[in-house]
Amino acid sequence: MDGLFQIWVYLAEQPLLWLAVTVSAYVVAQQLFLRSGGFPLLNPVLVSITLVVLLLLATGTDYDTYFEGGQYVHFLLGPATVLLAVPLYAQIHRLRRQWLPLSIALLAGSVTAIASTVVLGLGLGLGPSTLMSLMPKSATTPIAMGVAEKLGGEAALAAVFVMLSGITGAVAGIPLLRLLGERDPAVKGFAMGVTAHGIATARAFQHSNQAGAYAGLGMGLNGALTALLVPLFAWLFGL
Amino acid sequence: MIPAFIALVLLLQLAGEALVRALGIPVPGPVIGMLLLLVIVIFQGGPPKPLQALATGLLNHLSLLFIPAGAGVISYLALLADNWLPVLVTIIISTMLTIVVTAFTLKFLIRRMNREDS
Repeated sequence: MDGLFQIWVYLAEQPLLWLAVTVSAYVVAQQLFLRSGGFPLLNPVLVSITLVVLLLLATGTDYDTYFEGGQYVHFLLGPATVLLAVPLYAQIHRLRRQWLPLSIALLAGSVTAIASTVVLGLGLGLGPSTLMSLMPKSATTPIAMGVAEKLGGEAALAAVFVMLSGITGAVAGIPLLRLLGERDPAVKGFAMGVTAHGIATARAFQHSNQAGAYAGLGMGLNGALTALLVPLFAWLFGL
Repeated sequence: MIPAFIALVLLLQLAGEALVRALGIPVPGPVIGMLLLLVIVIFQGGPPKPLQALATGLLNHLSLLFIPAGAGVISYLALLADNWLPVLVTIIISTMLTIVVTAFTLKFLIRRMNREDS
């Protein structure tokens, strides 16, 4: 038992352990999702993160130690974003034809995300700092953190809110759109990407490559638009 | 030649990061990298097979890549303790509303465009 503990102490310090845990949690979550026939609440991102967090809490491991291993997976987000160009290219003809509807839908979505957050947040009595951190929640993490900080919110809190919005969009997106009778994968993907960025884009790619491509497009565009609109809305609402 | 395309993707990401910093654009570097790759692929008349394989391989498991950042929530559970309920309600309602508004707007405009065309 003592020997086993020694091994644990050694491994817990190594990036390998938490890298292995991250990938294994994903494999388990993915299997669970597939075997449940794609049950929305068993979303792979949600389940994997829950598994990892529970393991970290149970072993008393801090996040920095975990990230020593997690960073190798995390790093791939950048190259994956660059590679979104490939599925996007497959849609280029449709994109050329529909740039105007897409632009208007983008604006409608971006405004809805920010304005509804302010109205709901004020109505539910959230303080200004929390509200500022919450407003850019439909942008990707680095953008949301930058915007929140500039306006007097908290960057770390903004990152958590981005994550929670992404998971909400990934879990609720497909069932919600199915309920509304939406069939077009492009419409589904774009709405999910505009609203809930990368995590919903990951979900859209599980649906189809076309949905994924449109989600990636929506994510990229709304990141930029949110950076412009949040300061404007903060001023409009007198925050 | 998969390594050549891995190098291309990394270099474009690097170029994106450099451009964003040089020009002060409020967009993440990899998004600029994506636009650069799109321009290259358009000029090439389509992505070559190895690049296609690389993209499919990584994007099919995009979910995996969000786990480390997502687990970061653990550091801020205390910050959320005070007002987790109003925050969660705001996020859930606003997210669902945004999905519906975006999808309806796009659907409506595409239908109108198709009617005008025919």
